[in-house]
Amino acid sequence: MTEKSYERGKVVEIIQSVIHKMEGSGASDHEIHAELADLSHTIDLLRHDIAQSHTGNLKHTDIPGATDELDAVVLATAEATNTIMAACEAIEKRANTTGDNALIDEVTRIYEACGFQDITGQRISKVVATLRQIETKIDHLLSALDRRMGPIDHAVPVPDQRQGDKALLNGPQMPAKAVSQDDIDRLLAEFDN
Amino acid sequence: MSVNKNMNVLVVDDYQTMVRIIKNLLKQIGFNNVDEASDGTMALGMIKKKQYGLVISDWNMEPMSGLELLKQVRGAGEHFSDVPFIMVTAESKTENVIAARQAGVNNYIVKPFNADTLKTKISAVLGDLG
Repeated sequence: MTEKSYERGKVVEIIQSVIHKMEGSGASDHEIHAELADLSHTIDLLRHDIAQSHTGNLKHTDIPGATDELDAVVLATAEATNTIMAACEAIEKRANTTGDNALIDEVTRIYEACGFQDITGQRISKVVATLRQIETKIDHLLSALDRRMGPIDHAVPVPDQRQGDKALLNGPQMPAKAVSQDDIDRLLAEFDN
Repeated sequence: MSVNKNMNVLVVDDYQTMVRIIKNLLKQIGFNNVDEASDGTMALGMIKKKQYGLVISDWNMEPMSGLELLKQVRGAGEHFSDVPFIMVTAESKTENVIAARQAGVNNYIVKPFNADTLKTKISAVLGDLG
């Protein structure tokens, strides 16, 4: 049995115990109060767990970030493939004028291989759609929890816990956030001055 | 008798890269009059206005899919309704192939494909490519 299912089971157990004691004549107000306090404590623990899971990160940063990254992959591969295709078309044109059939055959192999961009693009689109569905379900789940248990502080972003050099590893930046080579050159030039 | 390669061919795909690949491969085969459309709606409009000897279409496109395009073309009861139609798609489930066949597709190519496959399928639909 997992810890979570144990907690859910405990809530049900306490509620049933309270009902049983209220229906019976033997329980004192003190006993029922103690049971309800226990129930309240268990619910507080659950709320704390939900807050600690920082589900707001998933909704506000993690999933949108992941879908943006995947969209950027599709865009980058499309651009790269078009560049390859343009180069192949130029090579094929020259090969046609010289009658180099072997070279034309090799260009054909490259055309065929460039089909990867279509296939990977479609696969990535499916993953993006799935991530968006997960995002919607998380949103509905959090809304339901807020309605039933009051606002939970799940939207607080988790600060980056990484330290030192590891904190510098962020992978390729999205085009809108990326620093250009000109910006880097200017920055480096400032060190030289 | 070999196929008239001066015929108009329409390539329909929402991925510009794939359109470019197919156009280049068609050019190698000898087809030079090749138009392109990015979805079924655009393609249908073009098919109604111009006589095409062959349509090569993707399936998964918005707003009109390749299958819907095929159904519209076949069901129109117009001069273009019997245009040879080849589906080139990543949809490779049996039910997809059956649905396309029932809608009247002439041949079906699964992506990724190579130049020989394209040539073979076109030849199977149109005849000897020379």
